[in-house]
Amino acid sequence: MNNVMAIYRKEVGAYFKSPMAYIFLVFFALFNGYFFSNTFFLFSQSDMRALFNITPMIYLIFVPAVTMGVLAREKSAGTHELMATLPIKNFELVIGKYLSAFTLVLAGLGFTLIHFFTLLTVGTNIDYGGVICGYLGLALVGAFYAAIGTFTSSLTDNQVVAFILAAVFVLGFYLLDKLLIFVPAALAGPIQFMAVDYHLSNMSRGVVDSRNLVYFGSLIWLFLALTVRVIDIRKWR
Amino acid sequence: MIRVENLEKYYGDIHALKGIDFEIDDGEIVGFLGANGAGKSTTLKIMTGFLAPSAGNVFIDDLNIQDHSLDIREQIGYLPEMNPLYGEMRVYDYLEFTSQIRGLDAGEFKTALDRVVEQCGLHDVIHLPISACSKGYKQRVGLSAAILHDPKVLIFDEPVSGLDPNQIVEIRNLIRELGQQKMVIISSHILQEIEATVDRIVIIDHGEIVANGTSQELMAGFMGRTQLTLDVKYANEESLAALSNSVDEVEVTNIEVVDGRSVLSIEYAREVDPREAIFDYAKTSGWAILEMTQNQVHLEDVFRGLTGEGGNDE
Repeated sequence: MNNVMAIYRKEVGAYFKSPMAYIFLVFFALFNGYFFSNTFFLFSQSDMRALFNITPMIYLIFVPAVTMGVLAREKSAGTHELMATLPIKNFELVIGKYLSAFTLVLAGLGFTLIHFFTLLTVGTNIDYGGVICGYLGLALVGAFYAAIGTFTSSLTDNQVVAFILAAVFVLGFYLLDKLLIFVPAALAGPIQFMAVDYHLSNMSRGVVDSRNLVYFGSLIWLFLALTVRVIDIRKWR
Repeated sequence: MIRVENLEKYYGDIHALKGIDFEIDDGEIVGFLGANGAGKSTTLKIMTGFLAPSAGNVFIDDLNIQDHSLDIREQIGYLPEMNPLYGEMRVYDYLEFTSQIRGLDAGEFKTALDRVVEQCGLHDVIHLPISACSKGYKQRVGLSAAILHDPKVLIFDEPVSGLDPNQIVEIRNLIRELGQQKMVIISSHILQEIEATVDRIVIIDHGEIVANGTSQELMAGFMGRTQLTLDVKYANEESLAALSNSVDEVEVTNIEVVDGRSVLSIEYAREVDPREAIFDYAKTSGWAILEMTQNQVHLEDVFRGLTGEGGNDE
């Protein structure tokens, strides 16, 4: 745990010492703000559905951009050799890196709270449960995408390649339930269950089902376990 | 004690290490010498746990790298080739991070920091970002991180590569100081550096150890018979021809006449030194000695002879 925290602190420090984190966060806030306020004032509804619909789409670019360097940068700079020869278990390295990327995603999500405060100011009959569940859903989607991005970042030393791979993966999970009309009825159920949007829309409505938590938890675990495996295999190349 | 047993490594079809065996005792500084691509770095990377061997094992005391990689990594301080560092971190932060990973508490870190700052001369840069440090200081930062936890074994891959002569002397002195208590392994393709720093040299060529010993042992083993060049004037054919018979143990292998001078190539066993007898013979025969040179064998000759290549003097 000490190693995880040491890596986490180092990584979070590295994010905020570079201008990239601030650029990502500003763009994330601007895009969310623009798309949210457009529909928020148009429909005059006291909810944050617009944000919960828009943010997953912005995540498609934002999260891969945040995670693209977590492991790829170490490899291209050669510092992965330092890490691999320190007394750190590979899972500690991956968890520390992953949590730092997820922290940046949460920081981005934190910026959107300004819309919630706007809602508090101008809205009536606010469904607080729905808002909390929606934010929990967005946090879980961000955590899932960050796990995918951490995995793709372990596959290459090129951050652009890591970004593109992550974007393709997250887009795939995002679009899965849009493809249901093209698949046989027997496969529709499993494919729908694999789709991010299916679980997020449940939570956006204020429903937290254990299946949603199992879905996100198991996929996050899967991609982080794959990342650890990729790092293990490097040794044997 | 470090024991490397029959280490083999394949990179795809390339057989990079072909059964490396050697041992290193406590308080010994061992230099790995070899041309680029000979297998030095691969051996070190396996010893540090960065790469897994295709066969063979590395032991530090009773622990082996295959089963106790983490325990062995705790006992090793490693400076990789090219000295990769986190440029965005301050020197202090980087050393603090290293100490946390090494399991030092705040008090131990303070003591260790004072020690490495003193040993590596980091006073001027301790609060600077690493990216703002000169190459020499970056090298010292890498070294200080490697020795921060006072490890039993130090492994430095090309520690002076790219440094200026003053920095090389400083790093060399530091390595020699560290080597008084620890096992130190340094690799280099710079012959002079290895010769000046280490107690024992291991020469690797194409993934195999081709020599292992002190520089004197390697040179002596390579040299065979001692060679002497004698440049004289006023020597007649009879006296020149009689030299081999008149002075014990010497053999004249060649005589070259140049502008009235005679240049003799003489050989004799390493165990004897007949130079005084040769001088007496020359005096008796009425020769004027212009030059008498006992040819020295350099480590570079040994290296060239064993590997078919010359060292890089960069």
